[in-house]
Amino acid sequence: RDFNERCAQCSEVNWGLTDGGRFYCRSCHNVTERTREVVNTDFMTNSRVQTLSKGLRKQEKNDGGSEWYICEGFQLVLKKQVEALEALGVCPQMKDEILCNFWRCYLQKSKQAYCKRPAGEPVKALSVCESSTDVDSDPERPSLLHLLSLSESEGDLQTDCSFASSVSKVSESTSVYSGSVDGSLYFMKNQKEKLSMTMPMTLSFCYMALLWVREPITLSELLRFVVEGHIPYLNVFQHFPEKMKLCGLDLKIFCVESWPVYEEVFNKMHELAAFLDLPRFPDITESCFLHPDMLCMKYLMEANLPDELHNWTCRVVKKIGIGEVDFLTLMPGNKSTRKVKYDVLAVAVIVVVLKLLFLLDDHYEWLLSELAEERNKNNTEVCIFYSGAPYFEFKKWYEVVKHSLDVEQKKLDEERAKYLWRCEKPLFYSAKNKSKVLKRRQMVVNLQNQFGKLSGSGQRAEKPNPSSFQLSWSEENTDRSCFHGHSLKGILQEKCGLLRAMNPDYWLCTVKLCNEKLCGHLAHYREVEFPQTYHFVLGLFSFLLRVQPSYIHDEVCMIEHKLFNKKLSKKLKYNTVLRK
Amino acid sequence: SSNEHKLNFKKSKEACLSYIQDALLQKQWKRAAEFLTCYVESLEKDYSREHVGPSEMIWRIGTEILWHHSQSSMKEFNCFMEQMKTLGVKRYLKVCLEHVFHLLCNGQTDEAYQNLSLAESWRFGEQTAIQDKEMKLIQAYRGLLDYYSWSKQKNILLEHGEDGFSDLALEQEMHGYFRKAAVNLKEIIKIPGVWDIFVKCYVDLLEFYGDHNEARQVLNEYAYNSKFPANPNAHVYLYQFLKRQGESKKSLISALKILHDIVPSHELMIDFNTMLQKSKKRKKRRLGLEVIFAALDYAGWKENAKAWSCLARQMKQIVISEKHLDWIKQEWNSRKDWWPAFHFSRYLAKRNWQENKSLSYEKALVAGILLGKGCKYFKYVSRQGCKAHLKKFRMLKKFVNRHNPVYLRISG
Repeated sequence: RDFNERCAQCSEVNWGLTDGGRFYCRSCHNVTERTREVVNTDFMTNSRVQTLSKGLRKQEKNDGGSEWYICEGFQLVLKKQVEALEALGVCPQMKDEILCNFWRCYLQKSKQAYCKRPAGEPVKALSVCESSTDVDSDPERPSLLHLLSLSESEGDLQTDCSFASSVSKVSESTSVYSGSVDGSLYFMKNQKEKLSMTMPMTLSFCYMALLWVREPITLSELLRFVVEGHIPYLNVFQHFPEKMKLCGLDLKIFCVESWPVYEEVFNKMHELAAFLDLPRFPDITESCFLHPDMLCMKYLMEANLPDELHNWTCRVVKKIGIGEVDFLTLMPGNKSTRKVKYDVLAVAVIVVVLKLLFLLDDHYEWLLSELAEERNKNNTEVCIFYSGAPYFEFKKWYEVVKHSLDVEQKKLDEERAKYLWRCEKPLFYSAKNKSKVLKRRQMVVNLQNQFGKLSGSGQRAEKPNPSSFQLSWSEENTDRSCFHGHSLKGILQEKCGLLRAMNPDYWLCTVKLCNEKLCGHLAHYREVEFPQTYHFVLGLFSFLLRVQPSYIHDEVCMIEHKLFNKKLSKKLKYNTVLRK
Repeated sequence: SSNEHKLNFKKSKEACLSYIQDALLQKQWKRAAEFLTCYVESLEKDYSREHVGPSEMIWRIGTEILWHHSQSSMKEFNCFMEQMKTLGVKRYLKVCLEHVFHLLCNGQTDEAYQNLSLAESWRFGEQTAIQDKEMKLIQAYRGLLDYYSWSKQKNILLEHGEDGFSDLALEQEMHGYFRKAAVNLKEIIKIPGVWDIFVKCYVDLLEFYGDHNEARQVLNEYAYNSKFPANPNAHVYLYQFLKRQGESKKSLISALKILHDIVPSHELMIDFNTMLQKSKKRKKRRLGLEVIFAALDYAGWKENAKAWSCLARQMKQIVISEKHLDWIKQEWNSRKDWWPAFHFSRYLAKRNWQENKSLSYEKALVAGILLGKGCKYFKYVSRQGCKAHLKKFRMLKKFVNRHNPVYLRISG
């Protein structure tokens, strides 16, 4: 009511407000372009929180939908995810106490709730699918296409936009639409400052909570469970209530069509932890599952390697100090400490140990294997029975593991090709292409039925039960394909009461580490530059963790440099082969 | 970037397609169907930037699978095709046409005709003009089916005619088919292209109704208009027509000359050589020798006794007359390095003798002239022939021995 300008037409100062929030002159009914700033004084902390949690809506719309905010959507997603984690056996405190608090803290920090003044101006962005007919030629209002092109899209959804535009013939001046109130805000500038929510970030939240509670689930396992469908991610939005209509930009936010990668979720989690100003996380001690000693045990078992190697991994861990509480525990915001990837670290330690004992230069390991084979032949069955385990033969191990790995990799590749990304709930960008979308959906379903019948028996198998181990080896197997109990005695020698490797040499993956801040990596892995066996070993763990081999290679380099720190600081000019 | 290996919709579907492709190549229809089931949801994404979009992929792949899969029926196939027709308006007529082809392959001519008529009546704004070529094809194929109907009627009438019956109604029907067929066939062959079957049928119609001028014009256009792609069959049809019309040797030869240039291994080269050999003009006879040598360069002719006999006859005639030995020399020059191993090896001598004595006779004659009496092919065959007391072979031996000096002049 403090609008004091004179009316352009009748020069009176007698203003009223239209339903659309615009000023109009009561004398001559001239409608202006000025809108009233909505000072949401009633959006105080408590009432807003109540609104969110109790689900009170401001207004019902024609299509049965109601107002909803993007963060509400994400809240639902997180809820579903944490419920799934609970079903997997995670402690219930995670949902009610940990994640909930993290989420509230996030909402507060990003000023979407729990604060005096919510960010953004929801009113301006409000323009639902149905009202796309009123073409608002306000030049300040960014167009749908413009916003869609601004965001860091994942490429594939871009094509959806052109589909939408070609179908509905969106012109530059069409107003922005989304089912949610603030969908468009997510694509405007200042994203980085606010750390706006994305689908991959929901997994970062989950991981953060898991880490806080120190649950025995690594990030790679979490991501694998997501891909296997045990944790909702793709198409979670189909569980949104009917009232929450998704269209337009909402799709770009919630309908992701790619699986998030480890790096992405990991980095985001740390960003999030810092953003939320979280304190030091609970300590990761030796008894924790995430401690390298524990994880090494797990991965040694899964890789079908002898248990005896565990002594060595522990030794390495101790020597370079990566088993220390302070190293392992997360301290958010501390830029100087290296962020720990527990699973990748453990696996890299194993790789280093293998290199220490077997050299892995495509020669020595096979030599050792031949020796072991000889010894095993000479020992009769009886001898083995009495003296314990057979000598560990690298070659046999390689053959057995490679075979299983190939089988599993092939299965995985086929699974990847057979993913169904879409769900029953149809997605429309606007009401205009709704009928076309529905028709297409119907045709897809018809075709799926028709060709599904022709696929023969053995249709889509049941989702496998979530399992911590992807490869398992049994001692009872008669063809002796389990190597856990095998002995390393052939490759070790005793010196001064300590067991040392017979292998005197070691080759460094890289003499000099890159500057991670500059190029994002510690080293640059190229398959052709390294021995085949090394590549195989990286490939094995790369499969288990579902990360790229280069990711593990980086960790290996890091560990090596810590391990041989003293020797490296002396100048090494020509040889990269070290004498231990 | 680190996100390159990320698995997303597009990559997943690309991988899916490559599995489908592998399965198709190995004729594993069940497996192909399995992966196609997963692929079809691509329809819900837009691929307008890609060269070949998912709807086209699904149409083509689905067609292959349904056509070959043991559990698939024609009913299912038709149902699928109808769905595909609705998928892409830009492809509508193409899909109709391919559907018709499948129906024809399955012997369902009536259904094919119905589909063609339906497609002909399709109109869709500017698409109708854009898909003009497909429309012409559809009309042409309908014309073709009309031709077959005409042909059936004609045969029935001819039978009746023999028995002394005549049927006016049938005749009228037949003429009706003729008119419908002619109109459409005439249209399509105006457009540059390869229209062998349409041309043949149209010419057949024209000849029946006595319009030889038009037929000749059509065939000339088809063979000689440079806008049309080079097509050996065009010349074959023209030649056959001219022969039927009893045209002069000169025009027959000119028709076949081009065929020789394009396809020296064509089966009509025997006829060609026969005509040329008999010609009074020296140039023509020279060409004849060239033609028969060229034909025998091809592996498919190795055991063609008739071709060898043509060559043998002409060479014998040249050798006896002792004129134009240089012709043989010229032809032999480029072949003397490889023909001996290709045609006249000892292994071939044995085989030819076992399988086809007249073939071996002709070849031995040629070999004897070209390679002399010492050549292994000639020696083996003539010895075998003489052993078997075949008079022909004794004469052959004498002939070659007598004319051995010729060989020396040729090979020099």
